[in-house]
Amino acid sequence: MSITVSFTLNGESVSAEVESRTLLVDVIRDHLGRTGTHVGCDTSQCGACVIHLDGRSVKSCTMLAVQAEGANVGTIEGVAQNGNLHPMQEAFREHHGLQCGFCTPGIIMSALDLVKQNADPSEKEIREWLEGNLCRCTGYQNIVRAVKAGAIAMRS
Amino acid sequence: MTENGIGAAVRRKEDQRFITGKGQYTDDINRPHQLHAHIIRSSLPHARIKSIDAGAALAMPGVVAVFTGKDMADDGVGSLPCGWGINNKDGSPMVEPPHLPLAPDTVRYVGDQVAVVLAEKRSIARDAAEQVDVDYDELPAAASLSAASADGAPLVWEDAPGNVCFDWEIGDAAVTDAAFANAAHVSSIDIVNSRLIPNAMEPRAGIGDYDSGKDEYTLYTTSQNPHVIRLLMGAYVLGIPEHKLRVIAPDVGGGFGSKIFHYAEEAIITWASKRVGRPVKWTADRSESFMSDAHGRDHISHAELALSQDGDFLGLRVRTRANLGAYLSTFGPSVPTYLYATLLAGTYKTPAIYCEVKAMFTHSVPVDAYRGAGRPEASYLLERLVDRAARETGIGQVEIRRRNFIPQDAFPYQTPVALEYDSGDYHTCLEKGLELADYAGFEQRCSESAGRGKLRGVGMSTYIEACGIAPSNVAGALGARAGLYEAGTIRVNPTGSVTVITGSHSHGQGHETTFAQLVTEALGVDFDSIEVVHGDTGKVPFGMGTYGSRSLAVGGMALMAALEKIKTKARKIAAHLLEASEDDVEFVDGQLKVAGTDRAVAFGDVALAAYVPHNYPLDVLEPGLEETAFYDPKNFTFPGGCHICEVEIDPDTGVVTVDRFTAADDFGRIINPMIVEGQVHGGVTQGIGQALYEQCIYDESGQLLTGSYMDYCLPKADNLPNFQVTTNTTLCAHNALGVKGCGEAGTIGSTPAVINAVVDALSDIGVTDMPIPATPERVWQAIRAASA
Repeated sequence: MSITVSFTLNGESVSAEVESRTLLVDVIRDHLGRTGTHVGCDTSQCGACVIHLDGRSVKSCTMLAVQAEGANVGTIEGVAQNGNLHPMQEAFREHHGLQCGFCTPGIIMSALDLVKQNADPSEKEIREWLEGNLCRCTGYQNIVRAVKAGAIAMRS
Repeated sequence: MTENGIGAAVRRKEDQRFITGKGQYTDDINRPHQLHAHIIRSSLPHARIKSIDAGAALAMPGVVAVFTGKDMADDGVGSLPCGWGINNKDGSPMVEPPHLPLAPDTVRYVGDQVAVVLAEKRSIARDAAEQVDVDYDELPAAASLSAASADGAPLVWEDAPGNVCFDWEIGDAAVTDAAFANAAHVSSIDIVNSRLIPNAMEPRAGIGDYDSGKDEYTLYTTSQNPHVIRLLMGAYVLGIPEHKLRVIAPDVGGGFGSKIFHYAEEAIITWASKRVGRPVKWTADRSESFMSDAHGRDHISHAELALSQDGDFLGLRVRTRANLGAYLSTFGPSVPTYLYATLLAGTYKTPAIYCEVKAMFTHSVPVDAYRGAGRPEASYLLERLVDRAARETGIGQVEIRRRNFIPQDAFPYQTPVALEYDSGDYHTCLEKGLELADYAGFEQRCSESAGRGKLRGVGMSTYIEACGIAPSNVAGALGARAGLYEAGTIRVNPTGSVTVITGSHSHGQGHETTFAQLVTEALGVDFDSIEVVHGDTGKVPFGMGTYGSRSLAVGGMALMAALEKIKTKARKIAAHLLEASEDDVEFVDGQLKVAGTDRAVAFGDVALAAYVPHNYPLDVLEPGLEETAFYDPKNFTFPGGCHICEVEIDPDTGVVTVDRFTAADDFGRIINPMIVEGQVHGGVTQGIGQALYEQCIYDESGQLLTGSYMDYCLPKADNLPNFQVTTNTTLCAHNALGVKGCGEAGTIGSTPAVINAVVDALSDIGVTDMPIPATPERVWQAIRAASA
């Protein structure tokens, strides 16, 4: 059975015809064409699909699309504003916090929520927060540096 | 050095699209009117297919077709080829069974491809797959090396008695036996090199797209080497000539070897696209990745080291069984042979080495190259054995290595196992590593740990690797069925910007940046005016792709050769424009100058003259400024280094914490130190993963137990320390850049360093061995057993 789901995506009103079982990530990627949010597993562990739902980071593979009805959804495509990179994005480039780039959108979205809740996270706090994001390329060291630097840049 | 040239930590060009969500991975691509494929996989490790009934599935709305192995066979589809043949000790060839993309009558591992459902939506294809009734006659299975080696074990292939694919040897057995006869001490070790699942974060995916108007095929695929896929699939499987088949590997989310190989799904969707006349898209679930991406490692070995009274290594004897899985993957046979046993000399001057390898078929996923490919297996075995010898002789882990290193004046050094090392300085790497690791401060840290009730240990490895298999004719004589050169094109555009076209493929390595650094260094062209193109057989003339840490040492050198041709031609053009002798023209800061004068022409003006040849020596020179080169290396390159690990163990829980990790590596000349450091971090992490967390397990019946991230543990951010990384450079002696490669080193050196540290931490309480992964349970059990 098809259902219409409507929400705000990166500040824009959107709607899609979905099945009741359709996952939010599939609507974002397949129906709405925002492919920056990725799917890296099917057990809610890799975190490549992390987005913001009403300002909180969530795994969009672990929600039904209909649960986003009326919500404010943010994806990686909405992070840079007016062509200017967000300080967290800048920090990932500056500190080589990515290699293949597949996990990167989810990690940036996750990191932004961390800094929102904790403006000055310690290295330990960053590592523990990122426990729900898998990266196979970087060994996390430069990701942690980037999040730290991004947090500093966001405070200034 | 120019600002963005060789040696500069230039920030990466590719990052802009990845940090903004604009990367284009295969699953991000859609083709008009496409269908979605779902692969039906065997749920049994070994069974005869009695029948396949797709009637109910085909009756479902939105289902377009269900194809089986019979449909592909009826179309004459061929076997997925193996790219490396190994001969037995007696010279006879290995057993090489067929591998059809959809199993025609028998399935041989859980995950084996049985049928494909095509539907309008992915969800429909998946639902329909559940309605396809595959009736199996279950057969006994042997998924592990020990099960497949047992007397009377079920056979994977009738024509491979004892499940042996090949029984191979290298080195001189008699000389090695003689060395053991003269030994004052022999250390021996039994090693299980655990089976791993590569787990690139992007699952495999593809779109097959047949154009009936042109009778041409396009395959988008998650590949490290699109030209190799075009060659293998076109020539061997589907019978498509190269000019009718375009393979595009767009942004690829990590590979680590697992995306080298030609997989069944690529052939299935390409073939199916023609059958139904529509594009066919397939994306693996992570669960499918676990059960169908080629796995890595999986060796069982016994090794012995003969030592003199003074601790000099006299001989090394190794007997290995290697798991190849149910079918031969593209490069499977090369991994436990020429990429493994040839590395057993390590960094040591051991005069006699003999190794025999029995490679086995089992009812498991095909095993092939995974980051390091054979070399981690060699270094893990050798460095664990050296560590044991150091303990047994009381010489100590540092001193035994110092005593046995190949000295710096011995290069080029011919090992007893085929390789000739061109350069290296193992002593300096060791000393740098010891200093950076504050090895001298270990005892104090150990006391501090003891004060907190924790056990602390320090372990090391001094590893060697061999990158860029070469030269092609030698590799061919050893069984390679492909060349191992690389191709590159430098296209100087009319307004002076440069398009670099490389046969290497970047899936995280940063080639778009590093290769641009080579060009800006050579031509003085502004870094932002250089674009690197890769991953498309429609755009790249030819290529062998990226694996084995070869991109810079082979692909980069092809670009250097093309750049030399560009410079030669540009000098001729400039000489004409400046009315000077070609021999007097030199490249200086983006200009071509007449030596000793102030007469010069900008490189951009030379480019323009080449494309608007009004004032141009047309009688002796073609217009245009574009050059292609192929580069076939003279030898492997030989990075090496020293990894030092300190662990702390909680004896109450068995939890091992990597507290300090230091890498001192020799990668030859470094083009971008930021990228190199990142490669080391990632490689070390994968090696720590094998040491402490990761292991693929099949149960006795042949079912895959570690089929998701719930059961297969990848290292996470909070499992790891910050790594301390340094380099010590000796230049590669046989390529002009002096580069060696850095992609796999971290994985090769780290696993033995971690486990040697674990053994060191537990040695005072009597533990002498520890299998990988050193899970809390295993460590706890070992502590309890030793204390009992």
